[in-house]
Amino acid sequence: MLLHEIAHARAGDKGEITNICVFPYRDEDYPLLVEQLTAQRVAAHFAGIVTGTVQRYEVPTVCGLNFVLNGTRPGGVSAALELDAHGKSLSYGLLLIDLG
Amino acid sequence: MSVVRIGCGAGYAGDRLEAAAELAERGDLDYLVLECLAERTLALAYARRRRDPSLGYDAGLAARMETLLPTCATGTTLVSNLGAANPRGALDATVEIAGRLGLTGMRVGAVDGDDVLERLDGLDRTVWETGQPLGEALGDIDWAHAYLGADALLPALRAGCRVVLAGRIADPSLFLAPLMHEFGWAADDWHRLGRGTMVGHLLECGSSVTGGYFAEPGRKDVPGLTSIGMPIAEVDRDGTAVVGKTPGTGGQVSVRTCKEQLLYEIHDPAAYLTPDVTADFSRATLAQAGADRVAVDGGSGHVRPDELKVVMGVRDGFIGEGEMSYAGPGALRRARLSAEIVRDRLDRQGVRYSALRTEFIGYDAVLGPIARRAEPPEPFEVRLRIAARTETERAAAVVGAEVEALTITGPAGGAGKRSSTRAVVSVRSTSIPRSLVRTTLHTATT
Repeated sequence: MLLHEIAHARAGDKGEITNICVFPYRDEDYPLLVEQLTAQRVAAHFAGIVTGTVQRYEVPTVCGLNFVLNGTRPGGVSAALELDAHGKSLSYGLLLIDLG
Repeated sequence: MSVVRIGCGAGYAGDRLEAAAELAERGDLDYLVLECLAERTLALAYARRRRDPSLGYDAGLAARMETLLPTCATGTTLVSNLGAANPRGALDATVEIAGRLGLTGMRVGAVDGDDVLERLDGLDRTVWETGQPLGEALGDIDWAHAYLGADALLPALRAGCRVVLAGRIADPSLFLAPLMHEFGWAADDWHRLGRGTMVGHLLECGSSVTGGYFAEPGRKDVPGLTSIGMPIAEVDRDGTAVVGKTPGTGGQVSVRTCKEQLLYEIHDPAAYLTPDVTADFSRATLAQAGADRVAVDGGSGHVRPDELKVVMGVRDGFIGEGEMSYAGPGALRRARLSAEIVRDRLDRQGVRYSALRTEFIGYDAVLGPIARRAEPPEPFEVRLRIAARTETERAAAVVGAEVEALTITGPAGGAGKRSSTRAVVSVRSTSIPRSLVRTTLHTATT
């Protein structure tokens, strides 16, 4: 099952950093996301896109996880060679994680 | 005032004027905030100011003011970063437009002092992204702006300005300043400043909280996206708020739309750093409080950061790029062959580039390795895009020209060629002591 089946996400950029926040559609799936979506797993999933570390923050009051992906856009949006200079579409990259 | 009604009429420089006009007309607002300045837009504003020193404020200022100034004459105060690289230029332009519209007796204020380029000399700091000592980087820095906070806007509000224009103000501070002004929140009331910042953060991207940047048909359906409304917050003196939107518009304000915006462009939710406060969203609560109304609570804050963040534009060479489409049988193979040819031709001519990126749009352009791992089927159509970073504009132009040349010197069926060259301004950060940043209020009466 892809994460996309049970969760929605949004990506944002600040300088060279992308953050992706993800929320389950149903609050009862939040513990599953906390268990499955470790920072290591997300870092491995984005290998080749993220050049730095990945941090995870939990916001249980809104059943949210926030991932900070360092070094996705060296030089920031103005210097990015990518078509998706902002990294806006990386949210849907996260939702492609296979939860098994 | 027991409740302040504050709306966001623009979440970025290109935001829809029609939606702003509807908000101004029907929002019954005390404050109308226009957030129009991003890292990239500031770089573009500097390019305009270089061509004409009287410009450098937001290029869309005139159209926005012509539409929205009449609302200010009826009692709504407009607060914006439309000043971009030239707040005083924005002031002059606004006064001229007000005159043309026959709106007299209105005080307009512009705040500058965020331009700190000259203050960086001799400052013992490093460039955050590269670790390089600031002094070594100075030669390539085109512009440098400190992120100002709500305190920079307060003098203008206290002076009774109906329009307050600034440049690089932190986005949530545009919303926090009116709340501090109306409710008399102290500059060290970290708890309330954190709560007001959370409200500002929810609103600062305009319709991103009312169903924009959210919809996915069949899964996250949003009604009436065509006529999506801009957000309005009703905020009380403790910083508790209800987020809604312009009456009679499309879109949606739900717990889900607010959740996505709450953590948008946030790193540590317990420590969202602004010039005003270290805001804490980590115990935020969102609850549906009616149709298209969400109650927002649980925000807090701690002492503000010692120094102000500085954003700097660094001249960083050029980007040349070109695109070409291939369709039908073997489209991807032909696009791949084209990419090899372009790289070989660049090498044979000795064109130097520091990085080159090949993308197959419709296949792996955006998600790259994640897309390839999913082993997608061969696309029926694919668009080749090649982009390279170069030191010279001339080399950048060759990259695009070689892609265009594929039309008759590459594989069969290449179509829709396009190329461009642009100067790169990389955005870097550092910090500056508050004592080195002095803001000035300029006012004029229409």
